[in-house]
Order: sequence, then structure tokens, then C-alpha cells
Amino acid sequence: MILADIATLIRSKNAGPFTLTFDVMFADIASYRRVKDSGALNPSAFAKLYRCPVEKVRFFECENALAFKFSIPRPLTQGELGDGDMHGGQQFIPLMSVEIP
Amino acid sequence: MANGDSQQIRFISPVGSVGGGISSAGLDEALAQAPHFIACDAGTTDAGPFSLGTGTSAFPREAVKRDLSLMLRAGRKANIPVIVGSAGTAGGDVHVDWVLQIAREIVAEHDLTLRTAVIYAEQDKAYLKRLLHENRVLPLDPAPPINDSVIDGTTRIVGMMGVEPLQQALSDGADFVLAGRCSDSALFAAIPLMHGIPPGLAWHAGKVSECGTLVCETLGNGVIFTTVSRDEITIRPYGAGLRCTPQSVAAHSLYENSDPYLHRECSGTFDLTKTTFEAIDGVTVRIQGSEFISQSYTVKLEGVELAGYQSIIVGGIRDPYIIRQLDSWLGSVRGYIDESVARVLGDKADKSLYSIIFHTYGINAVMGALEPNPKHLPHEVGIVLEATAPTQEMAHKLAQLSRQPLLHYPIDEWVGSITAFACLHNPAVIDRGPVYRFNLNHVAVPSTPVEMFRTHFIDLGGSSRS
Repeated sequence: MILADIATLIRSKNAGPFTLTFDVMFADIASYRRVKDSGALNPSAFAKLYRCPVEKVRFFECENALAFKFSIPRPLTQGELGDGDMHGGQQFIPLMSVEIP
Repeated sequence: MANGDSQQIRFISPVGSVGGGISSAGLDEALAQAPHFIACDAGTTDAGPFSLGTGTSAFPREAVKRDLSLMLRAGRKANIPVIVGSAGTAGGDVHVDWVLQIAREIVAEHDLTLRTAVIYAEQDKAYLKRLLHENRVLPLDPAPPINDSVIDGTTRIVGMMGVEPLQQALSDGADFVLAGRCSDSALFAAIPLMHGIPPGLAWHAGKVSECGTLVCETLGNGVIFTTVSRDEITIRPYGAGLRCTPQSVAAHSLYENSDPYLHRECSGTFDLTKTTFEAIDGVTVRIQGSEFISQSYTVKLEGVELAGYQSIIVGGIRDPYIIRQLDSWLGSVRGYIDESVARVLGDKADKSLYSIIFHTYGINAVMGALEPNPKHLPHEVGIVLEATAPTQEMAHKLAQLSRQPLLHYPIDEWVGSITAFACLHNPAVIDRGPVYRFNLNHVAVPSTPVEMFRTHFIDLGGSSRS
């Protein structure tokens, strides 16, 4: 199964002009725990997907929100010449197909 | 505040941003619950650097006027203060004055009287350079480089105020506080903190309320009504079909924040690590346990610099022979454009002065280097050619000179003259005007919480109608 089949929402967004943040959210505690216990979401897996140094990846497990969160520096500052996603809203796609064993 | 109310403060967050469209039915319903104030932010960097650069609003004037009018009339009806921050999207002085003018019209049209405190947040460059030399401008992560010439070259700089300038204005009797760039949460935390509400709860109450109904399970038409006391926050919507759930309120702390637990404000950090969320009824959530850590006082700076002027051409390509070699073909087109520019504009347009970027929709335009599926080829590709130069005239000429190569640059598969690019428009070139880039991600360390902000009192309406 892939993450998109389990999560109710996978999203990305600017957290200010210099940071991209990603939320993975679930409908129930069982789904959240299933993904958490799989260990598939972690900073080094994320660093690989987003081609950034692992030490720049911030990772949060938010059980009360039934959510995981990643934050990384924006590859290009919001609105910099060449930036194709002003709000950062379409950068979550690689997370969708993370395999959850 | 009356004695009987001293245990709790109630407030309305009518909409996520002034101009977003207040539900007047929801506002009326919430107003009947005896709130102590109404607050709303009017700004964000979310849309990009343009608003701060040009001094313009991201919302239409009519939308801002409608919402502000509903808020100001509600405030006068209930005799409670109305607090608006980050006026006009970016919260610069010109943005504040733009909203002030709208407020003047509203006051005149509805025969209101408003003791108005206007708080300006734009920063003086000489002052910031002095702070910089005293090591009182500190980088956040990641921060672009900063020095005197960066500050001098910045089009406009605002400081994000905390609760203190708002509190001073309210103590001095303001019915309406119109603030420049301001922490969203501070707009809601200012009054609860003045009444001794513990800072962890006061700040968190602001944080969960500031986006309006975004804190609900599903977005909808309504307002947020929040009550904060010494022990707890309760939050609920007024609006058909809306509900706050423990998960929706907890999840709201994630939205547009890099850290879901620690939220830095001027005077410290509120910490949600130990926060609990619990349903009171079908639509109301109780929040407890939010804490606050005091830290040295800092004010976040936001600034933009001019990146240049831009002209674009929009069109598409359907020819599969070109699509399968699009990168190399566009590389050749680009080389040809550079040659044309050098030939026609000569020294006026050195390559180091301008930028030409192709956004290839259908092939990696949205994710660029992060695209997980970079080899997929669609049957059609949309192209935006983006030319940026130091003047609009030059950007326009760059785009004009790009049209012919895009249309006719040959490929080996076809013999004879081709027309490769389906232009969307005539004229093909669209001038976009100035474009800006964010060039500060820093905080300033002022001597006092209010020294970076300037407050003016203006009596709007009544006998001294202005």
C-alpha cells in the first residue's frame, strides 16, 4: 500500500517565504499508528525524496493531530526567478507513493 | 471589563483575512455571546513579495471595505474594540494608509465615531543599519546575506509587531486599532494578556483563531468564537454545518508552520508540546496545557528588493518530435534568442543583465528538479517564456525577440520551415511590470518592544469628522 491510500490529506505549503512544510494526516489513530510503526516516514527517507541534506529535514510526529510533519528550506525562495510554485502547494507529490509495508 | 467577566475573555475572529468574506449571519450570532473584542489580520506573505514591493493589496478594495465595514459596525454596536493587523496585505505604511482611507469612508457612510489608533510598522533604513552594526540584526535559518547595501537596496522593510504596541493603543482608549505588519496571534493575545490570562493560553487562543474557520473540520461560511480563561481555551464556530473537533484544532497548529509545537513570537515561544484537545460538544473544543517560554525580545523583519521587470509569452507545443527533445530544442532556441538580443540590442543588453526562463507545463514545470517522474512525456506541453530585465522596455524587447525563434527554430525530423509554437495571444508579449524577491529572513533586537513602531491617534467621525 502507498501513503496516499492511507492518509486523508497529504499537503505542502510555504511556512514563510524560505521554508516548505509538508503535512500527512489521517482519519483515525489506527491508520496513524500503522504508518508510524512502519517507520517508512523518517528524515533520511524524506531527504532522499526531496534531494536535500538530512540535517536540514525537520520531522514531527503529532499524535494528537493524527499527523506527521516535515519541514525543509525551500529549494528556491518563494517568488525567486524560476520558482514555479508560489504557495508551495504542489510539492507533496513524492510523498504520495511512499510504500507502507 | 466588568468584574463579573474577569475570569474569561471572549472574542470573535470573523474571517482569516480582512477581505476574505465575513459571514454576517455568523458575526451576528457570535456578537450575541458578549465578546470583549473582534480581531482580524489583513495580511500575509503567502501571495508572494509583490504586495510589499509595490505597496498594493492582494484583495480588491471592495472586499476589504465590506469586511471592515461589518467589523467596525459590529464593534460599535457592541461597544468593543476592533483590532486589525497587517493592513493591506503587507502591512507597510502605504498599506495602512490605504485601509485607513477605507475606514474613513465607512465611518462617514454609517455615521460612526471611532477613536482610531494607527500603528505604523515600516522600518527606517538608518535605524536598521545601526542595529546591524550593533549585532542586533540576527539571521533566521535560512537567511540571505545582509549588509548595509542590502538594507539600502531593499524596496520596503516592515517589522512584525507583537502585542505591546497594540496594548498601548488599547490602554490609551482606541476603539479601532489599525496596525501595520503584526503577528497574527498577537492581535488576539493582546487583550487576554492585559487581563492576566496565562501567556501560553493567550497566545495559543490567538493562534487557533487567527485563520477563521480554517480551524474547523471543513472550511465553510462562519466565524470563530473563542473564550480564554486562566485554565482553558474553548473554541467554536458560528456557521451552518461547521464544527471544531479535537483533531481539526490540533491539526491547525501544523498549517503553514515549520514546527507544530514551538511558535516564536516577539517576546518568546509558545509551546504546545503538552497541550490537550478535548471535545465539549459536537462543535466546541477545550484546549489546555499550552505553555509560554519568555525569551529576549526580537522583531521579525520582512523585506523585498526589485528583481527586475518582466514580460512573458504564453503558448503550447503539440508536435511529438519537438516534445521528445524539448530540453535540447529549448536550449537551441535560447541560444538563438541570446544571439538575436546581442545583435539587436548590443551593449544595452549584456547577458548578465537579463534572465530568460522557460516554464514547461506538462514536463516538470511545477516541481522542477524535485519531480519524481521526470522522464514522462505528455502529448502536449504548455510553455511560459519569462523574460526579466532591469527595465520593462528591455524585458519587452527580450520577449519580442524570443517569439520568432520559438515559432520557427528547426528540427531535423522536418524538412522546410516549421511553426513550432502555438501562441495564445496577439500581441504575444504580456508585460508583467516589476517583480520582487524576499531578501530578509532576520530578526531585529530593539531596545524596547515599541520603539520600532509609530502610533498615531485619529478621531474618525463624530464632531471631528475627517
